Amino acid sequence: MAELRRTGLFDLHVELGARLVPFAGWEMPVQYPLGVLKEHQHCRQKAGLFDVSHMGQVIVPLSAIEALEALIPVSIAGLAQGRQRYGFFTNDAGGILDDLMIARKSDHLFLVVNAGCAQADIDHLRAHLPQVTVIEDRALIALQGPSAVAALSRHVPDVAQMRFMDVAEFTWSGVTLWVSRSGYTGEDGYEISVPDAHAEGFVRALLNEPEVEMIGLGARDSLRLEAGLCLYGHDIDTQTSPVEAGLAWAIQKPRRTGGAREGGFPGADRILAELDNGPARMRMGLRPETRAPMREGVMLYAEAEGGAPIGTVTSGGFGPSINAPMAMAYLPADTAVGTMLFGEVRGKRLPCSVAALPFHPHSYKR
Amino acid sequence: MSIKFTEEHEWLRVEDDLVVVGITEHASEQLGDVVFVELPEPETKVAKGDEISVIESVKAASDILAPCDGEIVEINDGLVDNPALVNDDPMEAGWFFKMKLDDMEQLETLMDEDAYKDFIG
Repeated sequence: MAELRRTGLFDLHVELGARLVPFAGWEMPVQYPLGVLKEHQHCRQKAGLFDVSHMGQVIVPLSAIEALEALIPVSIAGLAQGRQRYGFFTNDAGGILDDLMIARKSDHLFLVVNAGCAQADIDHLRAHLPQVTVIEDRALIALQGPSAVAALSRHVPDVAQMRFMDVAEFTWSGVTLWVSRSGYTGEDGYEISVPDAHAEGFVRALLNEPEVEMIGLGARDSLRLEAGLCLYGHDIDTQTSPVEAGLAWAIQKPRRTGGAREGGFPGADRILAELDNGPARMRMGLRPETRAPMREGVMLYAEAEGGAPIGTVTSGGFGPSINAPMAMAYLPADTAVGTMLFGEVRGKRLPCSVAALPFHPHSYKR
Repeated sequence: MSIKFTEEHEWLRVEDDLVVVGITEHASEQLGDVVFVELPEPETKVAKGDEISVIESVKAASDILAPCDGEIVEINDGLVDNPALVNDDPMEAGWFFKMKLDDMEQLETLMDEDAYKDFIG
């Protein structure tokens, strides 16, 4: 097995008593002494700080917009300077190769991709784009929660003026920060790219703020699941189309049927057809009726006994803020919210109902 | 008072002619926050190694095995409503069930506290 990579904040994680686990080739903190439940609640109530330096940071020139639109079914040409969009690389079958963030800055595009897909994404970009710069010397941290703006603006006052999905550069102690007002918890907050050499100092400064606690990958997962957000490799993958995944909102009008730059991305036939006619299955929420979590892989049935499975749980666990178990699954597209289904847990079919997503409301600063 | 430990990180404490069974503090720390506990039915006959209980933490599900042969006589209903007891007080309020052993001699095959401390290193 290849040696695990460590982020620039590794020593700090150890010092703070994190439990470190292998994740996508990196040695990452899954939890700190506070524990997953309390970390989750802290992030929802105050502010949580996450090391997400394992994610890939990539720069491509503005001249690559057209080439990038040939890989991603998102209007990148329509992205204003200083703004960011969510998107995904698709394959010829209309499946998803990875999901990512695309930010338009003054003279380039800044992409943030998943750690597990980073090398494949970079290879994919290099095969189609002339100039792809992988950022190897910057940490990426996320500060999320209702107090994120207060805590961060004590160090970088101008971040308070940003709104959801704005991107900008600011100076902190002579260091240039690349900041976006975004995240993956459903909370208001920021993602901040900071040079490795200054990452620990910056994180320590934020941790000194009374509202801020470090949060591990465990709570990151329950936060994003409560927020109804997809985890690549689980809720979305090469087999799921963006329309099935409920991500059609990310495909702007110019890329759809009849749009100015209609199609022209891998898998456009399937994706446009699903946008026009509706997909056969859709990602939906599930609320188990008992306290037993329904985790990834649990088979779902329409009946308490017999019959073939109608879907499988792609992500599931316990939601600390809803104080109940929750799950997501692909189900026939005509399945209505409130429909009672059964998930087979340890050989027993337990009832669950189809629920609207997100489980916990978003509180983005729009 | 006699307390014994299994390699599955359960503790067994003798109370009169019964043994009380729970999981160790070490196990509860490793599991992380417990969010669901499924307990066996009272009056169930069990054999050592049977999967008789399930504990779900924020991370994963784990089986609790019957530590000895015998019968379940009482369960801790408090865990169903408040699974966090397993983390907050694993050795006392977070107990799982009480068993009547077929043969109290089976306890002698288990680890004492010093041996368990060595076992978890």
